[in-house]
Amino acid sequence: MLSKRIIPCLDVANGRVVKGVQFVDIVDAGDPVEAAIRYDEQGADELTFLDIRASHENRDTLYHMVTEVAEHVFMPLTVGGGVKALADIENLLHAGADKVSINTAAIFNPEFVRQAAERFGSSTIVVAVDAKRVDNDNPGRWECFTHGGRKPTGIDTVEWAKRMADYGAGEILLTSMDADGTKNGYDIPLTRAVSEAVPANVIASGGVGTLEHLAEGLRDGKADAVLAASIFHFGTHTIAEAKAYLAGQGIPVRL
Amino acid sequence: MNNMTGLIDYGMGNMHSIAKALERAGGEVRWIASPEELQQVQRIVLPGVGAFRDCVQALERTGLGEAIVEQVRAGVPFLGICLGMQVLMDVSYEFGEHRGLGLIPGAVKPFPASHPERGFKIPHMGWNDVVLSSGRGSHPVLAPLAGRQVYYVHSYYCAPENPQHLLAACSYGDFPFAAAIGRDNIVAVQFHPEKSQKAGLAMLESFIRWHP
Repeated sequence: MLSKRIIPCLDVANGRVVKGVQFVDIVDAGDPVEAAIRYDEQGADELTFLDIRASHENRDTLYHMVTEVAEHVFMPLTVGGGVKALADIENLLHAGADKVSINTAAIFNPEFVRQAAERFGSSTIVVAVDAKRVDNDNPGRWECFTHGGRKPTGIDTVEWAKRMADYGAGEILLTSMDADGTKNGYDIPLTRAVSEAVPANVIASGGVGTLEHLAEGLRDGKADAVLAASIFHFGTHTIAEAKAYLAGQGIPVRL
Repeated sequence: MNNMTGLIDYGMGNMHSIAKALERAGGEVRWIASPEELQQVQRIVLPGVGAFRDCVQALERTGLGEAIVEQVRAGVPFLGICLGMQVLMDVSYEFGEHRGLGLIPGAVKPFPASHPERGFKIPHMGWNDVVLSSGRGSHPVLAPLAGRQVYYVHSYYCAPENPQHLLAACSYGDFPFAAAIGRDNIVAVQFHPEKSQKAGLAMLESFIRWHP
């Protein structure tokens, strides 16, 4: 049976792992290769690296980091942050990434996603969607935001996710900007609305504070995978603990 | 005795990951971009990510396709991975109809239309089982995978005509498909051993030691 995936997410800047609390107080939190090896040993199913600075001057540093990580761990690697052109994707794949995450560039130029999927294959293209609730009625309505949740786009999140899947995105990395950083759990109605609407795989993101939240995202949100940063990064729980808990809840995971 | 593994480099796929994984599994790797170079290796690995048509065209253009068929017929141990498995078939129905290398009779077909309400999504992506065929005892290259999960990413699957060529199976939802196929000195897998952590490295190690 296909296992639900547990994906630790590492924010990187200048080739180093960094950790901030809601985009402030960003501190150097270590060597990406060491972090990747630690998660590999704990049984992570994939790794996601997001370059939070994504400045053009530092692109080579990111490529070098991806190559280093890919030489040490043998599992799928997704890399995102500042991906704007087909050449960016090609460079990341060449460096050793298996999948590339497109965020803001998809909003500004949806055709870019179609071109990327045609050129590199759907299984390589992840579209990251940052959603914010704009209507509290049941089941609710969400809009896509850019710039870390500051700029509204007027685009309905569920419709957008469907369109991106239609254009060839193999995965939707769905982050609730309302839940992100709160540790109160994923936005379950949002996750379920998108999971049920799109034929692509959905990764739930934003808000994890407990192992129960992971179970909720997979069971109630119907996500195919769950992404979390701080509960793994600060050592609150290991991946192995998370999987043991999920298995106990009857959720299929790779042990 | 030399035991050099030739990694077919035709400008597609994650060559770097496969080369590193083969080395980690104890292999010596040479990147092969021409038919002449293929004469100098004792094993062949054909990786692949992307579209079937592009892959077959690249193999034709470089002359590598013909050279691979020749070496495989001469008994050189061969491992195909993902698209490198699918191109062994007679024909693929990915974006039209395209001929493959024809080393394993059968076709490459798409998964049936997805059913989001049943959680059946395309591509089939993630960690899933490898159920080894039990007929004549499990295949020596695949044996280390018993009871373990491996990483799959694909929207199409191989349907071999001869059930004897099915070496292992997997199910996506309630839909069974070929996880591994092969015959004689050919073994080919739909999953990515180079992305399957310890299980994948163990399989690559057994391929490097395989004497069919």
